[in-house]
Amino acid sequence: MATISLTVNGKAVTATVEDRTLLVQYLRENLGLTGTHVGCDTSQCGACVILVDGRAVKACTMLAAQADGSTVTTIEGLATGDQLHPVQAAFREHHGLQCGFCTPGMIMAAVDMINRRGGALDEQTIRHELEGNICRCTGYHNIVKAIQAASAEMAGMRQAAE
Amino acid sequence: MYQTTYHRPSTVQEAASLLASAEDVKLLAGGQTLIPTMKQRLAAPANLIDLGRIAELKGITVSGGTVTIGAGTTHAEVHTSADVKAAIPALAKLAGGIGDPHVRHLGTIGGSVANNDPAADYPSAVLGLGATVVTTKREIPADDFFAGMFTTALEEDEIIVRFVFPVPRKAAYAKFANPASRYAMTGVFVAVTGDGVRVAVTGAGSDGVFRWMDAEAALASDLSPSALDGLSLDPSGMLSDIHGDAAYRANLVKVMAKRALAALG
Repeated sequence: MATISLTVNGKAVTATVEDRTLLVQYLRENLGLTGTHVGCDTSQCGACVILVDGRAVKACTMLAAQADGSTVTTIEGLATGDQLHPVQAAFREHHGLQCGFCTPGMIMAAVDMINRRGGALDEQTIRHELEGNICRCTGYHNIVKAIQAASAEMAGMRQAAE
Repeated sequence: MYQTTYHRPSTVQEAASLLASAEDVKLLAGGQTLIPTMKQRLAAPANLIDLGRIAELKGITVSGGTVTIGAGTTHAEVHTSADVKAAIPALAKLAGGIGDPHVRHLGTIGGSVANNDPAADYPSAVLGLGATVVTTKREIPADDFFAGMFTTALEEDEIIVRFVFPVPRKAAYAKFANPASRYAMTGVFVAVTGDGVRVAVTGAGSDGVFRWMDAEAALASDLSPSALDGLSLDPSGMLSDIHGDAAYRANLVKVMAKRALAALG
């Protein structure tokens, strides 16, 4: 067994888990944060993408023990109270989902790419950056539109703040 | 996943002594291959030694005509490094084409090269550039390192610490990626060095990465794509699977080598 301490969505948590526990299992089963999805079990689909120390990673391809000492953000940690994160709001506005199963991973991947690249993103960049996220409904068009809109809005917010 | 015992050393020395003393052990670098393999129960090591928090395995330095990359440096770090982009842009480009962004945030150069997947990108750069693999025990030239599919010269209790890449005059990497997995169906790394031209091929050979010596000889006097026109590879040494048979891959090597040469500029 491993004792781990980490910060999840701004809250400090400590737990004792089996060494083989995947980070996604810990988030879903111990913390009840079921917004992080398990889609494929083969590390390909990206439904489980979260931010660990600010970088998008697949929570199904990391042990909980590896995350000891890290800061984790899941889909549940994006909104501020009732106010959706700009990427969440854009997915709603542009209907960036069909069945919704891949949506948490898509949104977390979008937050990561916007944070990392900054500025308004073009369609080609977004499609390339989404290589690790699969939508089985094939609803990519509106997902890309939503990310494009969110990146432009967030770039505007950054400019306004400066 | 079967039960395992997780260890997190904080120095290379501590990792090496754990590795020497533990039974049935695997080193965990970025985990982007090992963890999926354990999830599928295709690997079930009793002990895992996590190299992810060892500071001395990380970082990139450029000096005296070489680029030194710590084994624990992630693909994303190599891809975005201004130093790598300036010294060996082909290497930065290669790193940015591995897997997807999430994989690149965790996967490491040391993990990739130690695993020596026949379709991985990095082995072609290590062999193509004639890098030196520095381990906890010795320095291994790339030409002596790769020993067949998923096999290397590494001993059981040996850990890769860093890679020393000589800066080439110019280099290019051309990859035909499997559209689903992004692994190389064929990837060709061409480097022009002071000692001649090196052509390393990944994704195609049934023994893993290899140097295409006939191409190197042809390019010695004429560094243009057309220098390869009269050459062909023997399909009997090529991988054959549902994505492409041996004859297809043998042809693809030549096509991708020509594209790499065209990209040399």
